[in-house]
Amino acid sequence: MAMQINNLRSLTIAVCFIPLLWVFFDIAFDNLGPNQMQALHIRLGDWALRFLWITLAITPVQTVTKWRGMTDYRQLFGLFAFFYASLHVLAYLAVDQVFAWRIIGIDILESSYIWFGLIAYIIIFSLGITSSKAAKKSLGKSWKKLHRFIYIAAGAAMIHYFWQLKGNLAEPLFYLLIIFMLLGFRAVIWFKNKQLSQMMIPKGRASIDTEAD
Amino acid sequence: MIIKTIKNIPGSEITDPLVFQQRRTIIKAMAAMMLTGTSMRNSWGDTAKQIWSAVPKSRFSADALTITPADHAKNYNNYYELAFNKEDPSSLAQSLRIDPWSVEIGGEVEKPGTYQLEDILRQQTLQEYIYRFRCVEAWSMVVPWVGFELGDLLKTAKPLSSAKFVKLTSVQQPEAMPKQRNNAMLEWPYVEGLRIDEAMHPLTILAVGMYGDILPKQNGAPLRLVVPWKYGFKSIKAVVKIELLKRPPISSWNKFAPNEYGFYANVNPDVPHPRWSQNSERPLGSGFFTPRRQTELFNGYGEQVAYLYRDMDLRHFF
Repeated sequence: MAMQINNLRSLTIAVCFIPLLWVFFDIAFDNLGPNQMQALHIRLGDWALRFLWITLAITPVQTVTKWRGMTDYRQLFGLFAFFYASLHVLAYLAVDQVFAWRIIGIDILESSYIWFGLIAYIIIFSLGITSSKAAKKSLGKSWKKLHRFIYIAAGAAMIHYFWQLKGNLAEPLFYLLIIFMLLGFRAVIWFKNKQLSQMMIPKGRASIDTEAD
Repeated sequence: MIIKTIKNIPGSEITDPLVFQQRRTIIKAMAAMMLTGTSMRNSWGDTAKQIWSAVPKSRFSADALTITPADHAKNYNNYYELAFNKEDPSSLAQSLRIDPWSVEIGGEVEKPGTYQLEDILRQQTLQEYIYRFRCVEAWSMVVPWVGFELGDLLKTAKPLSSAKFVKLTSVQQPEAMPKQRNNAMLEWPYVEGLRIDEAMHPLTILAVGMYGDILPKQNGAPLRLVVPWKYGFKSIKAVVKIELLKRPPISSWNKFAPNEYGFYANVNPDVPHPRWSQNSERPLGSGFFTPRRQTELFNGYGEQVAYLYRDMDLRHFF
């Protein structure tokens, strides 16, 4: 049984690296098009976002399926979001700007879409480095508070994405996202409460959290 | 009541001396068309190709060594009538109908009218213009356009002194243009505008070709504006109408987001877009670990055009 779980975990990790291999493949075969720098930014940023959505989806899925073994995977996917976001930032600094700090400074100061990317990355970075069980233990109650910032990171990342498009679709989408997040948050809590009232609380799980996380 | 007894011969039916001299070439071309099964219409494409086998280079041309590979310019297109990405227009554009093509010139002119493109081409002196092109999205390229001065065309319609602005309108073909069909994003057809002195400036051209060939459809065939010191969205594609006006027209992007896209849209590294910096640009085709190019005021054409904006606050008139 333990062996199977480990296999599944290894398989998941391997699959999560496929997008990176895919990027390397496209670089090697010159598949990134005329503006390959932009293509690389979009590719890595998209995958950071996708892993962020997967991470956020774990809790509701866990609630619905009542399967409790997914917390580890939530951490894993969160770390992959952190991984791709870090590559995204690194590609910007090293591959695109070649550490030309003066130009980087001007670019960041004058580009509000980058501010939101920066906010998202600072949050994801903080969550990434405090994701271990040891950190969870030592942070105690504030760990949960800190990790709830993932919703802010998701919102900031979405604005970062839409604000670099020529047509500003961000404003309507921004409000849509907020509504979606608030409703989603409440739906999860409502769903959990409903389930709790219906099913017997398993032994040793009496202190189960009723909050979404 | 005026009764016209003599029917004017339309310009399109007058044989140009050059064409007459080149009739052997035309016969050969016709034979080739019959062999390949191409239709034999009165096509501006043939006129264009006959004329520009040896076009002279404009005095404003940039260094030929900096020219962007043609494949990049042909496969990285902003054509919002077709798609909002840059990959799809090259294939979607192929269903556009661009032959025959005519351009309506009207408004504050002595001689308004509709001109067949082949007639315009016969009238104008084609040149090659190697221009830098800077998109508002902070990428850039260098393109060898083939075209003629917009001012020369406007002069044939005899602008009145009341003409202060020029409005250009793009083609409306919803059956071939998915975003027009869905009324998506911008108000269609696409509209752009210039001040009359900008339109008459010798740098401002109407292009019918690039890289020594007819303009590809995704690049704005058969006739597009190129204003090299302004952001790319000013250089309207597939022009069908040119109007001279007393008042400034409202351009499509300006209408969509007036605080982001101004009427002037001059390339200016010191005036950022509200959401991103315009300080540097990424030339198409540049490799990894290559620093961005520093963007120049008026895209490097300041010597030629700065006087047009002498007393203007460029931050206000962005």
